[in-house]
Amino acid sequence: MRRAALALAIIALVTLPYWIGGSYYINIASQILIWAVFALGLNVLVGYGGLVSLGHAGLFGTAGYAAAWLVAAGVGQLASGVGAIGLTVLMSALFAVLALRATGIGFLMITLALGQILWGIAYRWISLTNGDNGINVSARPMPLGLSLATPSAFYIATLMVFGLAVAAMASFVASPFGACLRGTRDQARRMTALGYDVWLIRFLAFLFSGFWTGIAGLLFCYYDQFVSPHLLTLSSSAEVLLMVISGGSGTLLGPIAGATLVVAMKTVASAYIERWNLVLGAIFVAIIMLMPEGLVPGSQRLWRWARRGRDLAAAATSR
Amino acid sequence: MASSLSRRGFLVGTGLAALPFAPAIAQSEPARIGLLTVKTGPLAQGGIQMEQGLTLFLKDRNNTLAGRKIELVSADTGGNPAGAKTKAQELVERDKVDVIVGPLAAFELLAISDYIAEAKVPMLSLAAADDMTQRKPNPWFVRSSATSSQCCHALGDFAAKEMKLQAVAEIAEDFAFGYEQAGGFLRAFEDAGGKVVQKIWPPLATADYTPYLAQLSGIDGVWNGFAGSNPVKFNKQYADMGLKEKYPVVGGWTAYDDALLKSFGDEAVGAVSASWYSTELDTPSNKKFIAGMQRDYQTLPGGYAAGTYINGMCIEAALEKIGGKTDNKQALIDALRGVSLTDTPRGPLRFDHLGNVVGNVFIRKIERKDGKLVNSIIKTYADVGQFWTYDETKYLAAPVYTRDAAPAKL
Amino acid sequence: MSQWVVLAVNSFSFGGLLFLLSAGFSLIFGLMRIPNLTHGSLFMLGAYIGVTGLRLGLDFWSAALLSGLAMAALGGVIERFLLRRLQGQELPQVLMTLGLSFIIADLCLMEWTGDPISVSTPGALRGVVPLLGFVFPIYRLAIVLIAVVIAAALWLMLDWTRLGAMIRAGVDDAPIARVMGVPVSRLFTTVFCLGAGLAGFAGMLGAPILSVYPGLDAEMLPLALIVVILGGSGSLLGALVGSFVVGVLYNFGPALFPELAYVVLFLPMLLVLVLRPQGLFGRQSL
Repeated sequence: MRRAALALAIIALVTLPYWIGGSYYINIASQILIWAVFALGLNVLVGYGGLVSLGHAGLFGTAGYAAAWLVAAGVGQLASGVGAIGLTVLMSALFAVLALRATGIGFLMITLALGQILWGIAYRWISLTNGDNGINVSARPMPLGLSLATPSAFYIATLMVFGLAVAAMASFVASPFGACLRGTRDQARRMTALGYDVWLIRFLAFLFSGFWTGIAGLLFCYYDQFVSPHLLTLSSSAEVLLMVISGGSGTLLGPIAGATLVVAMKTVASAYIERWNLVLGAIFVAIIMLMPEGLVPGSQRLWRWARRGRDLAAAATSR
Repeated sequence: MASSLSRRGFLVGTGLAALPFAPAIAQSEPARIGLLTVKTGPLAQGGIQMEQGLTLFLKDRNNTLAGRKIELVSADTGGNPAGAKTKAQELVERDKVDVIVGPLAAFELLAISDYIAEAKVPMLSLAAADDMTQRKPNPWFVRSSATSSQCCHALGDFAAKEMKLQAVAEIAEDFAFGYEQAGGFLRAFEDAGGKVVQKIWPPLATADYTPYLAQLSGIDGVWNGFAGSNPVKFNKQYADMGLKEKYPVVGGWTAYDDALLKSFGDEAVGAVSASWYSTELDTPSNKKFIAGMQRDYQTLPGGYAAGTYINGMCIEAALEKIGGKTDNKQALIDALRGVSLTDTPRGPLRFDHLGNVVGNVFIRKIERKDGKLVNSIIKTYADVGQFWTYDETKYLAAPVYTRDAAPAKL
Repeated sequence: MSQWVVLAVNSFSFGGLLFLLSAGFSLIFGLMRIPNLTHGSLFMLGAYIGVTGLRLGLDFWSAALLSGLAMAALGGVIERFLLRRLQGQELPQVLMTLGLSFIIADLCLMEWTGDPISVSTPGALRGVVPLLGFVFPIYRLAIVLIAVVIAAALWLMLDWTRLGAMIRAGVDDAPIARVMGVPVSRLFTTVFCLGAGLAGFAGMLGAPILSVYPGLDAEMLPLALIVVILGGSGSLLGALVGSFVVGVLYNFGPALFPELAYVVLFLPMLLVLVLRPQGLFGRQSL
């Protein structure tokens, strides 16, 4: 049953450019995938590590700006990409060293502050970042000589990266390291007593999270072909956090569902609903009221409940 | 307010958008104007006015320009560059608009400029980013309002020659719009004999300007370039600190826009500003425009509404020139850039070869008339272009106004 | 010279306003461990309701009281029906309070439009006092006084009343307090009402200085967070000291370090978090 659903999903995603009805919607799909990768990266810390960060947009923007700047400076596309990710991982290490001094709200506030500091730098260090006028990225990369200029081509490339991200997350979750991280989330003191280095586990998780956040930032830089301080705002960090929570933190599909919800509301629904911001807020409140664990776990719960009801009814009528 | 403006109903589902290529459309099909505006968040104030202005214009013309039926499609960008890009793509690819009005903010405009040039869709925006018609001109772009520095050049001249100010402090938000306005004021002011002795840049979201106001000293006047809701806070705090009596204040067009007058109190009386629009301008179209705004929206319009109304008039004039046809986009943009009007809410206007407007700049002073605040016009600079009195080549050879702009000897 | 005197006086004045804003947040977070991200929205909505009160003919102080009461009522509803079920679940609380702030912000835009609204200083407090070549508005000084009075009232309540004792017990150890018979659930609702009411009241009091406009909520919330982090949550003294420290940073920062304007508030907060995570006077580690 699950294999069939997965196969169907893969087929649908791969053939999407053909059935979704226009380049505009293909672009929306690319956006959803990029934000899904971002949300998956954040979920490593929030869902599996129990560490809520409100500064991840800073890492997202670091990758975007680094790539834009390197490309504009004439560095080749591959080297720019590698450089951007490398810088983002370094930045994540810095974030981690400072933020892991605390947990809970303290961690949240430190990451918030760091994100804001990066935003301030992007805004004010005009000689480096061009301030709020932003940096234009003139051309998309051409991996193996294939052009990504069209929406469909870019979408397929993004889909492949997204697939890698999901695979990486799946193996991370199943791995001993993933188990360690969940252990530090649930029972940090017991983990220490058992001899695990909780700080190191969290630190490495932060790097892993930062890596995939950087990948998302890189993708976005090439998608939009424009980077500006808006990428690093607090509301950006809050948005991706909302995607993770509303979809279901600590699950694999949750961030993807959350990203789909938020991006669809912002881009597609906002064309039909004037007060879409209000509706989005109402949806969040509704999710918490009805499915506090998130859309994906909540839907699974409903599904199981419906099936059980059906099975019981079937068992009763078969007597 | 549930709006009936967005013509969404007819675009049912994605089915229509899936039509790969529209066959040669008979010209009886309506032409579409796409509006990129901001209806949520802090920029909503200007964005809502933009929509009101354009809607009113189309209503005044019975939704028909040059014999062609017009449909308006409104899109809310959310006030950020990525949103602007997405909505621009929506308007161009999904709604197949023929011309775009907007976006509101300079950073939104810069984010979509390349895309618009590629898609070859004429765009009329109020966003003031200087370089869009200077060092990085976009051939598909037309601006009927002003560059950031356009009005401030005139203001600098006025402040030195007629207000006899000699040492002025500049204060504006810490972003490109602030720098460009300030740079324009500084250059003209210093060329006319004045000196800018202080430059203060509070961050865009500053709740209390007192820490910055306390730094003012050694001056005889203050120039400010605040935008959005900030002018209301600034002027109140400025007056509260007793600075209004000490130093006369002058400002750019967003700092004392007519639409803000209802939010000001006595603290704004006497403020001098330079704008490309004033509700006190006595032209037939301005009277009709203001009456319409009062009737439909119970509000006095400002630059944002006037800007889109005027953009509508430009589109109409262009369509009339090319017989209402919109299939040849190149002809449309050429016609737009060739528009020359005498009766608009801002008076006469035409465009220079880079797509920027040449028209009047009004120096206004806030006064109380019949209990209400008005921007009375005290001087009109006619035929002001984006380069003021400077030679275009030399102007463009120098860099755009930045935070550290110093007067260049031209 | 006079510049520094003005900045010093304004540090107190702005600090006073921040205290009114943050005291509620500190109480709510200290007692209930809820990061109430709706707090900025309650401040803004309180100001808007006060404006409506003024338009209906109320005088300034009645309008401010109306703001406070309205927000207290709203706070009670939010706590009782929305937040109570999320006891101890941090992530859902974040989602809920953020979702509510979206809703409130959009409702304000619908009802009061996007135009900024200026509020006149109440008649009795108009005017200025001369201050070394500058002048300083009397109203801003009055804010300091009001902040001190409210701080004193809160301190009296916390240290001298049964309610206060129960609150302090709940802050120190909620489960044990429950075991000891403290009606913690009702206490939570009361404290949330109090915190929300203070925020609404502060919004109206701040209106003559800040005016009222969309985006006010997003400008004030980070300030409240910084105050509570610096000062330590759940501590009245912490909120007071934190407010004045932030007031000083806010005023002297741009004058001394104009290049660091964006980070001048966050760097000290970062320092405190890294060196002393519970804040200067906090009772619990975060």
